[in-house]
Amino acid sequence: MLIRSDNSAFNHPIPSEITPQTVYARRRQLLKSIAALGAGAGLASWAARDAWAQPGWGVPPGKLAALATQASKVEGANTMEKVTPYKDASSYNNFYEFGTDKSDPAANAHTLKTSPWSVEIEGLVKKPGKFALEDLLKLSPMEERIYRLRCVEGWSMVIPWVGYSLAELIRKVEPLGSAKYVEFVSLADPKTMPFVGSRVLDWPYVEGLRLDEAMHPLTLLGFGMYGEVLPNQSGAPVRLVVPWKYGFKSAKSIVKIRFTEKQPGTAWNKAAANEYGFYSNVNPNVDHPRWSQATERRIGEGGLFAKRSKTLMFNGYETQVGQLYAGMDLKKNY
Amino acid sequence: MFPKFNRALGAPWAKPLWFLASCLPAVWLLAAAFTDQLGANPAEALVRSTGDWTLRALCLVLAITPIRNLLQLSGLARMRRMAGLFVYFYAVLHLLAYSWFDMNFELADITRDIGKRPFILVGFSAWLLLTPLALTSFNRAIKALGAGRWQVLHRLVYGIAGLGLLHFFWMRAGKNNFAEVAVYAVILALLLGWRVYRRWAAPARNHRAVAAAGGVGR
Repeated sequence: MLIRSDNSAFNHPIPSEITPQTVYARRRQLLKSIAALGAGAGLASWAARDAWAQPGWGVPPGKLAALATQASKVEGANTMEKVTPYKDASSYNNFYEFGTDKSDPAANAHTLKTSPWSVEIEGLVKKPGKFALEDLLKLSPMEERIYRLRCVEGWSMVIPWVGYSLAELIRKVEPLGSAKYVEFVSLADPKTMPFVGSRVLDWPYVEGLRLDEAMHPLTLLGFGMYGEVLPNQSGAPVRLVVPWKYGFKSAKSIVKIRFTEKQPGTAWNKAAANEYGFYSNVNPNVDHPRWSQATERRIGEGGLFAKRSKTLMFNGYETQVGQLYAGMDLKKNY
Repeated sequence: MFPKFNRALGAPWAKPLWFLASCLPAVWLLAAAFTDQLGANPAEALVRSTGDWTLRALCLVLAITPIRNLLQLSGLARMRRMAGLFVYFYAVLHLLAYSWFDMNFELADITRDIGKRPFILVGFSAWLLLTPLALTSFNRAIKALGAGRWQVLHRLVYGIAGLGLLHFFWMRAGKNNFAEVAVYAVILALLLGWRVYRRWAAPARNHRAVAAAGGVGR
């Protein structure tokens, strides 16, 4: 049963009501100029403060190169929930190549070399080949997508990603009829990634999707977040974002995308098959063997004493992706 | 071996100092919580650090007798009861943090969680078994029980150490992340192994050592 309420995930504004970034950026610029003319620098910073930057999620952190975006027209791609502070999103990460503690990636990932970078497309496609990052960046217009992110560990964030639907790339390489799955391979460079070689996982990190999941417009090939290129700890320079699945399905720092007929063996599934299934769709009704998935803690909100909130089916993207799993037993295919 | 240090352990200020030092982790965590120094997920940080400190306090209390005997620091015996009570103190903080931040103090949810998650059950059992030890830590309780029975009861701490370690191991098992678990396992194995060795492998030497240290140790 679908219950709609004020705090449910389904109350999206219609896309035409969302102010495109170009428009609100222009407004901000205008405010800045007015303030600069009228009252000098002090007032300018006041005019540029977050409250004026509506409707959006604030101003880019100004740490990395900016990425120009347009508003996404994909249904469900712009949740109106409060965006997680950049400080939290860029300091609380799981990226085991750089350490198992959540503060490790931010501390260690500066060694990752993101340029030059290329992504190899291989397997069951008509046009295999190597894409330089520069070409991938130009392949399709960059969109901003504000997605919920739910980690299998029971916490969640809201992140404004920058990228485009993975489907754009898939269409370019023309999968063969025999291609049923897509495999994503992350970089595994022991020279720059200190924990590659640790026994926690088999390296490289491999993730996978069914081809129809990979083709779903919400499945994002991500290059940035908060209006800037991805920080290393978040999977720079190119990663996957699959908002209705637990976070570990969204492979980081991708170097290879392979089209296969057989279901790929994915990293966490190989490590503990009874705990991490191939699908790993966010599902409050199917518990992890050692903890409940019914609720989640939203990072950066309400402080220490905030109550955990209810986890939504498919992380709130049921209307968009539910049909992908019609007739499937999600308790078995967890 | 360290007569000066041993004398210092007997000084009137030694116990208060030990007490204050044992409070430091809790004070530090509290201060960090109020000044937003616990990172993006302060609730998780509090639950985990109180658990870490419980394990550390447990290692400390189990280390007192071996260190006392090996380094001939008879003065350490005075600290053992307080060190034991601090294990319970941090265990209570850990249970409170979990009940509050993870469970919103919903008793029904906590009960269900204990039944559902083996590692929670194991951790809760360890806390439950610690409770009678904390409750019988004062002199009247020792007299009432009789030294022999009191001692048998307090041997529960070895089982509790095993449960605490299993709890930590199981928590980390989901991520195949056993490095820290191994550190505690080695420490506890050494501390318990020393006792086994002393009891069975070197009984003759042991009795002399016990007599020299001024009493029966566990």
